[in-house]
This record gives sequence, C-alpha cells and structure tokens, in this order.
Amino acid sequence: MSKQLERWGFVLLATLVALIFTSFVLVLAGASPVAAYWYILKGSLGSWTKISDVMVAWVPLLLATAGLLVTFAAGQWNIGVEGQIVLGAIFTTWVMRSLQHTNTPAAIVLILAFIAGAFGGAIWSAFAGILKVYGGVNEIFGGLGLDFVAVALILWLIFGPWKRPGIGSMSGTEPFPHRLWLPTIHGTRLSLWALAIGLVSIGVVYFLLTGTYFGLKLKAVGRNPKAAYLMGIPTTKYLMGAFIISGIFAGLAGAVQVTAVYHRLIPAISSGYGWLGLMVSMLINFQAAWAAPVTFFFAALNIGSIQLPIMLKLDSSLSGVLQGALVLSFLLLEGARRRWVKRREEAKNE
Amino acid sequence: MKRSWWILLAVLLIGALALTACGGQQPTKAAPAGGNQGGNQGGSQQTGAKQLTFGILLVGPYNDHGWSQAHYDAAQTVAKKLNAKMLYVDKVNPADRPGTTAEQLAEDLVSKGAKVIIFNSDDMKDSALAFAQAHPDIYVIHASGDNAWKEGKDYKNLPNLSNVMGKMIYGKMIAGCAAAMTTQTGKIGYLGPLINDETRRLASSAYLGAKYCWEHYRNKDPKDLKFKVTWIGFWFNIPGVTSDPTQVADDFFNNGYDVVLSGIDTTEALVEAKKFHDQGKKVYAVPYDYRDACEEAPEVCLGVPYFNWVPGYTKLLKSAQDGTWKSTFLWLGPDWNNINDPDTSSIGFEPGDALSDAASDAVTKFETELANGLQLWKGPLKLQDGTLYLKDGQVATDQQIWYLPQLLEGMEGQSVPQK
Repeated sequence: MSKQLERWGFVLLATLVALIFTSFVLVLAGASPVAAYWYILKGSLGSWTKISDVMVAWVPLLLATAGLLVTFAAGQWNIGVEGQIVLGAIFTTWVMRSLQHTNTPAAIVLILAFIAGAFGGAIWSAFAGILKVYGGVNEIFGGLGLDFVAVALILWLIFGPWKRPGIGSMSGTEPFPHRLWLPTIHGTRLSLWALAIGLVSIGVVYFLLTGTYFGLKLKAVGRNPKAAYLMGIPTTKYLMGAFIISGIFAGLAGAVQVTAVYHRLIPAISSGYGWLGLMVSMLINFQAAWAAPVTFFFAALNIGSIQLPIMLKLDSSLSGVLQGALVLSFLLLEGARRRWVKRREEAKNE
Repeated sequence: MKRSWWILLAVLLIGALALTACGGQQPTKAAPAGGNQGGNQGGSQQTGAKQLTFGILLVGPYNDHGWSQAHYDAAQTVAKKLNAKMLYVDKVNPADRPGTTAEQLAEDLVSKGAKVIIFNSDDMKDSALAFAQAHPDIYVIHASGDNAWKEGKDYKNLPNLSNVMGKMIYGKMIAGCAAAMTTQTGKIGYLGPLINDETRRLASSAYLGAKYCWEHYRNKDPKDLKFKVTWIGFWFNIPGVTSDPTQVADDFFNNGYDVVLSGIDTTEALVEAKKFHDQGKKVYAVPYDYRDACEEAPEVCLGVPYFNWVPGYTKLLKSAQDGTWKSTFLWLGPDWNNINDPDTSSIGFEPGDALSDAASDAVTKFETELANGLQLWKGPLKLQDGTLYLKDGQVATDQQIWYLPQLLEGMEGQSVPQK
C-alpha cells in the first residue's frame, strides 16, 4: 500500500514539476498560465466538436504508439516509425490513386487501401529489422536513415509522378473524390471506422503484450536476448516479428492520415506522430494500459493549444514545451525514485 | 492494471485542480478578448457601425521576416484602419499543426466571431475552396490563387471567394534593371524555387527588366547579357531533395555571375554574396518578399522587391464591412506615384546600400518610364524554344502573363520540370 502511495506521489510530483516549469515559461512570455491552461482545456474539451477534433488527432497517434510498444517490449528503439507512417501513407495513396477512377465500390477501395498501408509500414519496418538482426546496424541509425529515405521518397512522389496537373505543390496531391473519404459522424470530422481501428489496435497490443506467450517471450528477448536465446527462444524471429507488427500499426496510422484526415498525400503526412509516440511511450514507461489516455491527453494538448495564438497571442508551440516538460520530469523523477528506493533498501539491509 | 487506472485518475484530478484551482474568475475576465459568438458584442462599444471581425491564417510564423510577416503586418495595419478586430493563427501547415487542416482552423475563427477569413498561401488552396463552399455566409480571401478569376483557367463560381495578389512582375523588372546596371561581367544569375506558372513569370520579368536597362541605359547588345536561371526545386532548402541554394549561389559567383537575384524564400544568395564580398570580390545580390530583407547584408544588397498587402486587404475587408462585397480577382500593381507608399502600393522596391548612385538614378528613371506606360511584356517576344509568344507590337494579356508556358528566348535554364 505504501509503495503504491509512493508511486502516486512521484506521478503527482512529476506532473507538478512539468506544470510549474511550463507556467514559468508562460510567465516569462508575459501570459497568465491559468488563462493559457484554461483555453487549452476549453479548446480541446469545450464542446463535442472539439472533442471529436481531438479524437481525429488521437487515432493516428494511438496507432503509432501501439506499434512502438511492441518494439519497445523487444528492447528495440524503433526510430524508423516516422518513415513507416510515411510508407503506409504512400502505399495507401497508391491504391487509392489506382482505383479512384474505376467502378470499384468505395468500401473495397478503402479496405484495400488500409491493407496496403499496413503492408507498406511493415515493409519499411522490416528493413530496419533486417538491418538490425542480420546486418548488425543499430536500429536507431537504421531507422533514422530509413526516415530520411521515406521523406525523400514522398517529396519526390508529390513533386514528381504524383504532382497535380501543371504544378507540384507543398499542398500535396490532388484530393481524392468525396466518396473515398472515410465516412464521418455527421457534423464532425471524426470517423468511427478510424476510431474503431485505433481502439482495436491498442487492445490487440495490450492483449499481445500482457496476455500471450508471444508477449512474454518478446519481453524476455527485450530484457536479455542472450538469456532468451539460451532458453530456446528464437530471438531473430521474435525481433523481426516485433518490427513487422510495429510497422503494421505505423502503416495503419499513415492510412488513417490519408483516408480520414487529409484525403490526399501531403509532404508532412506523418504529422510527427512517430516522434510524439516515442515520447508518449517513454512517458508511460512502456505500459500499454496507459497508452490510450496519455495519447488522448497529448492530442488534446495539440488541438487545445491552437487557442493560444487566437486568444492570447501566444506561440502555440508552448504545448510542445508542456509535453516535453512532462516527459522529462517523469524520466527524471523516475530515475530519482529508483535511486531513492535502492538507497532505502540498502539502508534496510545494513 | 487496476493500479495504473488509479494513477491515471490522480493525474487527471491534479490536472483539473491545477487548471481551475487558482483561477475561477480568471477565464471570464479574459473572455471579452475573445468576443462572443456573434461578433455584435464589439459593436456596442462603438457608436453606430458594427465592428468587423476577420481572421487570418498564416502559413508560416507571424514573425518570419518573409511572406507570412508581410501578411501579418498588413492585416494589423488594416485592422487598425478599419477599426476591425483581427484574429490570427500562424504556422498553419500540417507539419507545424499536426492533425489539423486550414479549414478546421478557419471554422475555429468563425466560432470566435470572424465574418471574413483570409488564407495566405497557395498551399491552402484546397482548404480555402472547401471552406468557401461549406460556408457561403463567410467571406473568403485567398491570397495567391486564381479561383475567383473569371478569365482564368481555374475559375470556380463562388460569390463569397476573392483572390488577391501583388503584381510582382514589376518588382522583378526593377530588380532585373538594378542587376543589369550593376553587373560588370554581363552575367546575371537567378536563384529559382520550383518551376510553375508563377515562378516562370517572375524570372522572365526580371530578365525583361534586365534586358531593357542593359540595352537602353548601358547601350549594350542584349546578346552580350547572360541571364541564367537555376531552379533548386523548392521555396527553401530541403537537404537531399532540393539542390543546395548555397551551392547554387556559390557556383554562380565562381563562374563570373556577379549579381544573383533570389526567387526563393530564404536568404542564401545574400549570405553567399557577403561571403564573396568579404574575400574582396565584387558581387551583389537581390533578396525577395520582405521589405527589410536587405538588413542582413546591406553591403552587397542592391535592393529588394517586396509585397505590401495593405491596399488589397483594405479594399476587400472594407467591402465586407460595408456590405458591398463582390467576388473579385485582384492582381494589384504598384502605385506609380510612389511605389513604396505603404497605403497604396501593393508591391514595392526598396533600394539597397550597395546600389551605386549611377545605378540608382537609372533604376529611378526606369521606374518613371514604367509609370509612364512602358510595356516590357510586348512583342516581338519569343518563348525559349523559339515559338512566337507575342507578335510585333502585341501587348500580353494578364492571362498570357499569368500562365506563361515557358521562359523567354535569351534566358538560360529549364522551362519545364523534368519528367
């Protein structure tokens, strides 16, 4: 019991530290922190429209995070997640482009597009996995390299073969016809299909990691690959599996961005959700149960912070400051907590 | 599992407490700044006329010393002039605002009382159109773009949509003239962004200005004037994707091009010119977009052609305010009485410190000639591949200039993107 209280105390403390730090930055910027937080809250949860807007941003972030949790369980830093989202979006767009002027029913086109997206993400992730498992390239460097290649590829497509008639433009490819947009709840931008995909995905990952032997063995590989190998777990297979599963979810995130948010391919199609997902994963200490609420919180910060320039003439990147401050203070205090616990136990043993 | 939910609850509680604890009354205090849904609340403070609220979406940071700041400054000036209330969101692009679209942000501004929404970038074209279609009761101003141009290629009949753009062709002609009056080698470089109608039009305008001054003021043979366009592929450097503008500028200077005109959004041409200047070479540059752009390296800056959105915004917002709005396409030129008049001239040219007195006189003379009706977009003119563009004596229509299909004869460089 006291241990739980103690954990709570640290969560509380970390949140407070982050809030105080951000408030300090706000005061430096000449703004009232209370007003700023209030507008963020109102701008994200103040109405059903706002909440649905938050959910639109939540789904792809949740998907990216879900994928990352799998690779993290296997002890891998899947930095290539950004590129995997991009490839998912590219494959989705490719299917949509090929079928948009045919008689194929919209539902079939969209299903194929999502499958293609998942496939695209999985391939890109598999590259990072192959480089790591068979090539001995650290997945962080491999992933970063693949991110750059993905960005080059998407820009080339948008300004080259897939450009709009006449001119390439930063606004992306020609938008898809309305019938190929993922259907939304009337009066909002939120698609229940996208929401369902997001929720099912995090559910699957949660179950995979906490309720299956696969998850257990994956964690064993993540903790100590050598020991896992000696115990008879085929580590390469498990590592590759983790990369591919992670890539599937990242690819789905890309597919959602194309079919439900932007309805076309744009250069910044990933919206940086890969990086944000990495931050969330660290913040929740890689616990799948937390992914949904914390990604929702981050999405709400992103959407709510738009009120800052409108209402207070503040730079909205302050939400990024708060997000970063949260992650940092959680990491810092988690480290401090561990040392504290360790010292106490040492003291007890003496 | 159970424990984690408790912790979550705690976090949310703390969050809620922190958000509301100290400031129960604060939000209401701040509310008037936002106004009420209708926007008629502002009117009560004013006698008589209803106060207009308008919103502007800026593609870049409001203080970017370039495209977006020019719009932001102008909108603020106009807001003061018309006693209107301005709302803005900057960095409206998917990279900076993940998960949002310009359309969505425009709706947010409408919910805060905006009756007019300005979209300030070509990149927002789809959003501006979709928004205008979905909100027939809100006036939409799209800066750049041609959807409201009846005679244009992309006309969409939307009574609530207008376009506005400055006739930068004149700014570029003047810049070209300044370059031609300065060059010692007879070689002028043009650092181009990506290839499209607009960028072809502007590079060609610079060439026309340069050729005219070279021929008529320096009395030289146009054949001896070299004018080369190198496109980097985008409005700014993207490593690995575009050519490196620093490298392109260096190549120009290393190959005897002693003036480089910039057509991109960033200042590499100016920076590199200064570098060569500091090594004792006589080279110069002309930046773009923003009136104070020369400040970065005045010793090599011949001047800057820039946009001034005040006249266009004043006109459109005023018509929205007094109920005389009509869907229009404004392609506004300079005020020839004073092209740097902040109230009346939609484009300008601010001479730089490096422009010699003689060259400066020539540039002024050129401006006067333009003001008196000198036409450079006039035949005989051929396109780069030799096909006839304008017959002898024929003056180009706005459409012919706007949708220029190739660079002009005499210019070196790509006319169309590679397949």
